[in-house]
Amino acid sequence: MARVVVDVMLKPEILDPQGQAVQRALPRLGFDGVVDVRQGKRFEVELDGPADEAALARVREMAEKLLANTVIEEFDVRVEA
Amino acid sequence: MAPAIGVVTFPGSQDDQDALRAVRLSGASAVPLWHRDPDLHGVDAVVLPGGFSYGDYLRAGAIARFSPVMESVIAGARDGLPVLGICNGFQVLCESHLLPGALIRNGGMLFVNRDERLRVESASTVWTADYAPGQEIVIPIKNGEGRYTADERTLDALEAEGRVIARYLDNPNGSARDIAGIANAEGNVVGLMPHPEHAVEELTGPYPGPATDGLPFFTSILKHLVSVSA
Repeated sequence: MARVVVDVMLKPEILDPQGQAVQRALPRLGFDGVVDVRQGKRFEVELDGPADEAALARVREMAEKLLANTVIEEFDVRVEA
Repeated sequence: MAPAIGVVTFPGSQDDQDALRAVRLSGASAVPLWHRDPDLHGVDAVVLPGGFSYGDYLRAGAIARFSPVMESVIAGARDGLPVLGICNGFQVLCESHLLPGALIRNGGMLFVNRDERLRVESASTVWTADYAPGQEIVIPIKNGEGRYTADERTLDALEAEGRVIARYLDNPNGSARDIAGIANAEGNVVGLMPHPEHAVEELTGPYPGPATDGLPFFTSILKHLVSVSA
């Protein structure tokens, strides 16, 4: 058993109105000094076997095909210890 | 026999009945299609309606794109089957890569629901031939993720190839270059955020009018299908 984490974020050049709304709310709550917030998604993928190179290749494939829309998003795959 | 136009119902579709009604009002035969049924039942064209297919889970249109009916629609579209995606249907077409770019959260985070003024930029698709190029029309919009985006190269190509089919006159959501709708290179696949199926009758169309500016989308395709079958 292994857990693989896929983080999906909007590409830097894509405007993120959700992140902006969060950022604008922070000073009102007393959190100063925040210059930017961007919001993304985190997927926790549980595998029935080890997170070997073949398994990670499959996870990258599923990220490419379904978890992320690579027109607007980028993703990062890592094994959680 | 009148040409048959299919309208897909996904779980979460909302405007399938209005789209079927618009098809009937245009004079075509309206055929309901079901997301789990890959059989297109011999229809001559397909409309992907508005709504929130699969609850917009993951991304709008992302799950619908892998439904059994979409495998047939995607294969058909690549062979020239006319397909119109309205609102969520446009999102499904982008997720399917039948159209370039993507539709993302509106600038300002607002869900925008209002009658929208548009300029028809291209009358050279099978879905817009009944309009005059440059014609200004009024059609409702209602979406939270309708902001069209694509990289600059793609936007330049869309403009150069005349594939921007409609533009907002008062951009409601920050769409790139005021784009409300686009077509594929062949012109058989069209995606549009505003809802022409809600502007087809005096009683229920935009008030005080014009109320029926959406109808030409449906008469355009009907005339095209009649002409190719003649």
